[in-house]
Amino acid sequence: MGSYIPADTRETDAMLDAVGVASFDELYRQVPPEARIDHLDIAPGVSEIEALAHMEQLAERNTRFASVFRGAGAYRHYIPAIVRTVTAKEEFLTAYTPYQAEISQGVLQSIFEYQTQVCELTGMDVSNASVYDGATAAAEGLLMCLDRRRDAVVVSGTAHPQTIETIRTYCASRKVSCTVVAATADLSTDAAGIAAALDATVAAVYVQSPNYYGIIEDVGALAEAAHGAGAKLVQGFNPISLGLIRTPGEHGADIAVGEGQCLGLPLGFGGPYLGIMCADKGMVRKLPGRIVGETADADGRRAFVLTLQAREQHIRREKASSNICSNEALCAMAASAYLAALGDAGLARVAELSYAHAHYLADRLGEMGFALLSDKPFFNEFATSCPKDAAIIEEALAERGILSGLPLPEGMLWCATELNTKIEIDALIDALREV
Amino acid sequence: MKLLFERSTAGHRHTIMPELDVAVPELPSSLRRATRPHLPEISEIELGRHYTELAKQTHGVNDGFYPLGSCTMKYNPRVNEAAAALPGFTDIHPLQPVSTIQGALGVLAEAADLLAEICGMDAVTLQPAAGAHGEYTGLLLIRAYHLDRGDTGRTEIIVPDSAHGTNPASAAMTGFTVVSVPSNAEGGVDLGALRAAVGENTAGLMLTNPNTLGLFDPNILEITRIVHEAGGLCYYDGANLNAVMGHVRPGDMGFDCMHVNLHKTFSTPHGGGGPGSGPVGCKDFLAAYMPGPLVRRGAGGYEFFAPEKSVGRVRSFHGNFLVVVRALAYMVMLGSEGLAEASAHAVLNANYLLKRLCGQWSIPFGEPCMHEFVIDVAPLKAKTSVSAMDVAKRMLDFGIHPPTMYFPLIVHEALMVEPTETESREELDTFVDIMDAIYREALETGEELHGAPFGCAIGRPDEVAAARNPRVRYDFGGER
Repeated sequence: MGSYIPADTRETDAMLDAVGVASFDELYRQVPPEARIDHLDIAPGVSEIEALAHMEQLAERNTRFASVFRGAGAYRHYIPAIVRTVTAKEEFLTAYTPYQAEISQGVLQSIFEYQTQVCELTGMDVSNASVYDGATAAAEGLLMCLDRRRDAVVVSGTAHPQTIETIRTYCASRKVSCTVVAATADLSTDAAGIAAALDATVAAVYVQSPNYYGIIEDVGALAEAAHGAGAKLVQGFNPISLGLIRTPGEHGADIAVGEGQCLGLPLGFGGPYLGIMCADKGMVRKLPGRIVGETADADGRRAFVLTLQAREQHIRREKASSNICSNEALCAMAASAYLAALGDAGLARVAELSYAHAHYLADRLGEMGFALLSDKPFFNEFATSCPKDAAIIEEALAERGILSGLPLPEGMLWCATELNTKIEIDALIDALREV
Repeated sequence: MKLLFERSTAGHRHTIMPELDVAVPELPSSLRRATRPHLPEISEIELGRHYTELAKQTHGVNDGFYPLGSCTMKYNPRVNEAAAALPGFTDIHPLQPVSTIQGALGVLAEAADLLAEICGMDAVTLQPAAGAHGEYTGLLLIRAYHLDRGDTGRTEIIVPDSAHGTNPASAAMTGFTVVSVPSNAEGGVDLGALRAAVGENTAGLMLTNPNTLGLFDPNILEITRIVHEAGGLCYYDGANLNAVMGHVRPGDMGFDCMHVNLHKTFSTPHGGGGPGSGPVGCKDFLAAYMPGPLVRRGAGGYEFFAPEKSVGRVRSFHGNFLVVVRALAYMVMLGSEGLAEASAHAVLNANYLLKRLCGQWSIPFGEPCMHEFVIDVAPLKAKTSVSAMDVAKRMLDFGIHPPTMYFPLIVHEALMVEPTETESREELDTFVDIMDAIYREALETGEELHGAPFGCAIGRPDEVAAARNPRVRYDFGGER
């Protein structure tokens, strides 16, 4: 059996002796005998070689596609080699939440750098140290806006369906009314429908842009409408898109939330990912989770600490702004290293390549009878009609090592990033000719 | 240490992205961002050295003893990392056709089955991303169960005063009112207070056992019976599961649902604060309320299914999958006896430390403790003015991460020590020597310890100033 215990039986016996017990069983003497078990009904342990072989067998039963045209909330971007080097450093990997600032300046400073970078990216004032993922960030962002008079939220139905479902879950348990306004026929937000839903009980409006269908929404107009009704505007964003398109800050959003996976994290079957949360500075004391701040020690040396902890569960208990404790710190560090490695020019290039490839892909698919379902501007995703049964197309492309767009009730949702080169897109079109 | 932004030099760069290979269509200026973000311009060697320097200013488990109570800072095995880095796991999209992700569903199914057996539960979801997220999910199940039965008056969750802060915070997030019950003189749940607290408003009890004093509550079966007889359900906070694997199961103690922390008990790394993973287990009668989708074995292999009365998603996709991969590698490798041995040694190490320290230090509860125990620095403070904070800060000079400070709240000068099973006797003896030395310093030159640590990169930071005037991002001023 495998073991990570640095003790042999001689040492163990000596320790049992020192404690004054004859056996391990005696250490469990407080446990009611009728609740004790003598073994777990699971397989015996194995060696490292056997354990890894078992995991490799499982991994081999997954298909890795050479070519991926699917996004829908999880994006295959290139991960610069240095990003994995950084997050593999054992100090970062094996430390926990930096409660002891004097021996945790490395982690604390990296979070401060992350907070700065995502504020720059989004055009917002403040950021926390991360939450679980983009969906929970959206839910937490909306809950931040509630007050005694306003206990309802309005969500545009163009957001990612899983984000909407998560928001519904978070709202239901708090008895917060959640109205989802269905998308228009051109797959964008129904601004009139949102406006009609805005009353004196609405605390916040959620809109995702680019939305689930890839369309760049008119967030500025929605922010104005929300503000006009005394509500806040929470915008969901795709971080890569902000290398090119208008930021939540420029739109006048009060809170910006996003899925940070595209910033240097692998697809990883959906996690761990990174929930980015930024806000207007007036809302900093309502943010959930850890926040790192700059201060100094008694000798005036710059120091970073976990700050504004009076918001948090370990201090405020049931009055905390959220129950979050563990977050996604190492993922935030990956995102920070990613943004640093690319710089503004590199980020702009990723965004431009993704945008350009998606538009080239849309043109080529158009030739094959996949018509755009909307004429609104899009970033790197778009929905099309499907000239054949989507499931047949998905399967036929899969046989050729290509992960197709995602089948939707309306057709298919396609995605391109910097990794979907012109050559790859042309090969997709050739494959489609054979289907 | 310089910040990333202070290392930036105009024109320094690292070429990662290729040139454009297709034309860029016009994007109207109304859609373009108007201002560019300040991101550092930095070459790869500068970036590499930056993070190496930051790493040197970070204490991880591999840097030395890390007895942070309730956090189970055990060794993070390397084979787990090797498994999680397999391209067959890292390079798969969460929305791939089911026939192309049979291995991933196998990971979820195998991990769920193992956790169910270890915990004595019937169904497990791996969707929650962390312990607190698991608590929230478990409470959603309890809420849904009562509402489904038309039992709408059950609005209260009972939480002992020794509970983790996440317990009451999770209850509040789920819309419950928190009822706190005091501990008894032995540090366990006060049965009289519990009987007085339960009633027709009781939705449930949240309990960690062993509790935050490191004590296994011998009345546990009576506690869960009292709650059940009042019509409530029992939630087990699995933060301290590392004490009991293979010896006693929450399901057999009378708990109806629970979470486990894969980043504690199941050896996955803590990552400087995350990612963790907080799978939730429940008994059969709650399984229909689980967040979906769940995985089961069908005729054609593994498949997803939606629980019939699901509370809905608590996050996107399938949870922190790569964390689950690590935990599965750990469970497979240790197996039935290995997991039981890990817990037994975690308890032995704690009792050994307790025994060696209790002559000098006040340890009000224990003997036997489980996987952790709490030192009360109050008697020393009364004698010397040296506080738990001072003791903790002095430890930093010896290359040790201090125990959890000032928790649980019921011990006012608490240091909560959890050595874990992956520390050797030699390491524990060294810790005792350091504690002895600090005790002597407190008696001899106590006042000086208010200034500890003396040899770290920084002294105690001014936290009050940080909170009064929050500076939570770098100020670029007019520079570019």
